[in-house]
Amino acid sequence: MRLSLVEPAKAAALVFVAAILQVTIFSQIDILGGYPDVVLLTLMGIAFLRGSIYGAAAGFFAGLIVDTANLATLGVSSLLLTVAGYWIGRYGETTGRDRAHAPFVSVAVATILVQLGALILHYMLGDTVSAQRVLVDALPPKVALNLLLTLPVYALTRRLLALAAAPERATEVRLLG
Amino acid sequence: MSSRSATAVKRRVVAGVLILLSLVLITVYFREPAGGGLHGAQSAGATVLRPFEVASERVARPFRDAYGWFAGLIHAKSENARLREQVDRLTLLATQNATAAQQLADLKRQLHYVDSNEFPQDYEPVTTYVVSRPPSEFQQQVGIAAGSSRGIRLDDAVVTADGLVGKVSQVAHSTAQVTLLTDPNLKVSALDVNTQAIGLVGHGEGLGTLTLDRVQKSQVLKPGDPIVTQGWKYGPISSIYPPNIQIGYVNGASQSEVDLYWQAQVTPRVHFDSLRTVIVLVKKDRNLP
Repeated sequence: MRLSLVEPAKAAALVFVAAILQVTIFSQIDILGGYPDVVLLTLMGIAFLRGSIYGAAAGFFAGLIVDTANLATLGVSSLLLTVAGYWIGRYGETTGRDRAHAPFVSVAVATILVQLGALILHYMLGDTVSAQRVLVDALPPKVALNLLLTLPVYALTRRLLALAAAPERATEVRLLG
Repeated sequence: MSSRSATAVKRRVVAGVLILLSLVLITVYFREPAGGGLHGAQSAGATVLRPFEVASERVARPFRDAYGWFAGLIHAKSENARLREQVDRLTLLATQNATAAQQLADLKRQLHYVDSNEFPQDYEPVTTYVVSRPPSEFQQQVGIAAGSSRGIRLDDAVVTADGLVGKVSQVAHSTAQVTLLTDPNLKVSALDVNTQAIGLVGHGEGLGTLTLDRVQKSQVLKPGDPIVTQGWKYGPISSIYPPNIQIGYVNGASQSEVDLYWQAQVTPRVHFDSLRTVIVLVKKDRNLP
């Protein structure tokens, strides 16, 4: 019982620190028009190591903190990061956890999808958005910076979560051949 | 039900509930007024988060300063020569301006001129620092470490020593959100100081750039002209920005036969990507227009 509370607390603390760092520091590291998203990277680490339920919950919590700290529309980041966390968790559970390239693949895909999703969501909310700025100017450097930071953030998340409990195994997908 | 399918159901239920909850949050937040329950809860949450943001900002500041110091060294020599030249030119201008200001004050007194709020004497400056940055390319807002407890209200103008930054767009007890001039939804009535051409300054196409629009073709714009806030007043309503706050200078202007107005690019005086400290202009007398 004690272990089951320690694990979510660790994940929550990680997400909290990542969100605060993202809002105060990483959002202003402008390199070629983009900046790294450590919230997404931390989320990737948690979802990858702990599965889709953790991923979705951590994504929701992270989004809530980011939107609260920025006084932005509540729920927007939560929605995007919940879906991202869930998808990364499923990817880890079913196919990618044991593969060295999997964290990089999931980060690249999640960064692109979150950016695309955010573009659509903000457009639907009536915000003036520039697809060129978001997809052409900012996305490539963001993907590159996220990929650069994937390994250190993943290693740090792995170390902090300490893998005390065995991660969830694949439960639905049967590998053939 | 087998444990495998039970886990799958649990997983889908958790994800579904969280997604649904996010959608509910978006809908309620989007529809409710600024003083609604969710806004209030967010305001309280932001107040709780502020010490963490401040601590993070303080830890990062020495590293940022060190980076800025080394980066500044690279351009120091050329910048020094340029600044010396600028000092000579501005010293001459300051002398001329002091004389003109004295004459203006005398003339206003003689004419019993009724003026609007003047910057900076009719405003109480609340100097504070930036605690959070735009979290994505979609938002052009920063968070500041002062709120309604310091007298800050919605739509108060925000400046730095360089010029206009934007306006307060959300206020919590001890924090507030400032919408930058680079936000697509923000327009400021502006004036070309040299030619008195009037237009609207808004966001530009590039990052951190501005445009001056709605300037009639009969008016004149010249590259290098300083652009300031117009600070208009029409009956009981007036611009939320006091007049004569610097915005930038005209970088270039173009027009075509089909356009009704000039299309001018404005280089802002404020570096929006490196804001650290801002000044919120709080009206001394809220009853004045």
